Amino acid sequence: MDFRDSPEEAAFRTELRSWLAGELPPDWRDRQPHVGRWDFAAARQWTRKLFDAGYAGLTWPREFGGKGLPPTYQAIYLEEMARVDAPDHVGVIGLGMAGPTIIAHGTPEQKAIHLRGILSGETIFCQGFSEPGSGSDLASVRTRAVKEGDEFIVTGQKVWSSYAHVADWCILLTRSEPGSEKHRGLTYLLVDMHSDGVEVRPLRQITGDPEFNEIFFTDVRVPATNVVGEVGGGWRVAMTTLLHERGTLGFALTARLESLLGRLLTTAHKTGAAGDPLVRDRIADLYVDLQGLRYTNYRALTTLVKTGVPGPEGSVAKLHWSETNQRLTKLAIELLGQDGQLDGEGGFWNGYWQYQQLRSRGNTIEAGTSEILRGIIAERVLGLPRSR
Amino acid sequence: MDFAFSEEQEMLRSAARDWLADRYPIDRVVALADGDGWDPGVWQELTELGWLDPDLGLLEHAVLAEESGYALLPAPWFSSVALAGAAVGAPPSKPATLAWADDAARTLRDAETTVACRADDDVDGWRLTGLKRAVPDLAVVATAVVAAREHDRVALFRVDLADHPETVHPLSTQDRTRRLGELRLDGTPAERLDVDAGVALRAVRRTALALLACEATGVAQRALDLAVEYAKTRTQFDRPIGSYQGVSYRLANAYMTLALARSLAYRAAWCVSVDDPAQDEAVASAAVAAARAAVGGCENAIQAMGGIGFTWDHPLHRYYKRAQWIAGFDGSPTRHRAELADLVLG
Repeated sequence: MDFRDSPEEAAFRTELRSWLAGELPPDWRDRQPHVGRWDFAAARQWTRKLFDAGYAGLTWPREFGGKGLPPTYQAIYLEEMARVDAPDHVGVIGLGMAGPTIIAHGTPEQKAIHLRGILSGETIFCQGFSEPGSGSDLASVRTRAVKEGDEFIVTGQKVWSSYAHVADWCILLTRSEPGSEKHRGLTYLLVDMHSDGVEVRPLRQITGDPEFNEIFFTDVRVPATNVVGEVGGGWRVAMTTLLHERGTLGFALTARLESLLGRLLTTAHKTGAAGDPLVRDRIADLYVDLQGLRYTNYRALTTLVKTGVPGPEGSVAKLHWSETNQRLTKLAIELLGQDGQLDGEGGFWNGYWQYQQLRSRGNTIEAGTSEILRGIIAERVLGLPRSR
Repeated sequence: MDFAFSEEQEMLRSAARDWLADRYPIDRVVALADGDGWDPGVWQELTELGWLDPDLGLLEHAVLAEESGYALLPAPWFSSVALAGAAVGAPPSKPATLAWADDAARTLRDAETTVACRADDDVDGWRLTGLKRAVPDLAVVATAVVAAREHDRVALFRVDLADHPETVHPLSTQDRTRRLGELRLDGTPAERLDVDAGVALRAVRRTALALLACEATGVAQRALDLAVEYAKTRTQFDRPIGSYQGVSYRLANAYMTLALARSLAYRAAWCVSVDDPAQDEAVASAAVAAARAAVGGCENAIQAMGGIGFTWDHPLHRYYKRAQWIAGFDGSPTRHRAELADLVLG
């Protein structure tokens, strides 16, 4: 056991730290936190910088444009990014889900077409898994893919698809065998979002922002060469995607929570609540929650590095993070008192906390509801009998 | 970055676990708890097994503490190693404890600067006078390291309890496997220890909190195991109760809380073992999470097991009481959180 950086890790950290200091505007930390959606063009530019400097895809194999480094380096990268509150890589779905799935199951052509663009931010991916009738019960998807010559004709509706309005490609889970049920007969496709018959409609959330989208597919023609894995074997491929969604996310979530906790401390000082013992107690509690998340990630990471398989302890990261994030943002609103209602100009940080607090309610729903995650822990980790 | 115990440490763990399961099945622990609270023969065995080996580091102690929490080891090992041992810098050859609290010092932190108990330099040696409170394992140890005031500063002394049994007053304690007692000193002869009391008590506090956090992890794991086993086998409405989400979600929560606490407990032990600058934050964070996992975990188990978990006959309450002992050690989670708030908010 040793939490200190190895000499190589320390060198990487130092190099990244000085790179960030040089690339971020000097007054970056003092700027008001940004409310709501990111400026997409700016995020893309920033992503290009990260890519050019070699910080995109640290753990990806070298042959696909990555650095081939152990996941520890990705953890250091996320820690350092959080430390200075640097913006994320724009390709969240591509980098964390589509890319790793293509690396694991894709054809050489698919790898050649997509992977470099994901890293550089040129190619934006979105995810087409959930449907109006298939939320937690993902295996019930009904979007049809009908084989016609060397193409699939795709018809159906997907929902809760973040980035779809800016995406170039979609990882799409379809039912390719008519009459098949559950996990059988599904096919995983890469769909060009610029194809005829693809329509994206923004979904307005309780924050007022259209962050997610509905995607309508009407007779969209997808080349059969865009199948990832086997025709009919889409479930296994989708599980790779979700494993990556849940597996590598822990450090990114910790980084986000850390940055939010820093802002909560500033807010407590600015609102005069920092001396209130009751507030102090709740902030200390949140701090312990953050530390628990951080070191559980480290423990899961060590298991991953040593065995190649994520340990069971990693299953708690998203569940714990989402609930902590909700508590944290609610405390921030409480600190604002009646001003907590002012969600624009004249409000604290122009409504930053109002956005964060409302957005946090989605955290226990997206990427596996807390109910689904508790069910996974109960059945797969604790070995309790199935509930259904 | 490497967050795992070494192969040797894992071997130590599995040997400890096997020995504890063989030597101290829960029925035996319960019988001892309802008797004198411990097995006098255990000290010799612990010595032979190497649990008191001066070469063991804090990470080895962490592994043993976790396993002894899982089994509820009925022996003054914690008091000897983490309290008396940490104070003098080596594990004692005979069972020992530390007496720090009294009317002027509620916590180990307080005792670094002031205590009520007085030390007088008599012609034939040092003599201690005063009442020391809440001394762990007092009735079952051979010696006590005592924090006493020598003129205007705190110093540490050793009192031979076998020679002075009149000083030992056991008190009825909820956790019957680690009872507290009062040490009533009245001109009691003592040997002055050649250590800096402030430094020693700081080391005790860090070591004890880190090891108790590990012990709490073992306690919480045992409570969870008991509850999961019960939920798999107990049937109501023709289904195992563990298939009901009202039960399974509760246990999933207990697992989550335990996973977080375990990470922080191990990290605290590592930080203290290398004298890391973050060690005080690490032990405070670990103590808060450990209390939540162990006390809350036992409560979850009691609820999941229904009436059976509420009976005296079921061993679960023994773990619950140990969990509460740990949570109350040297203050409370509230105090640890206040300290953390000072660190993050200034």
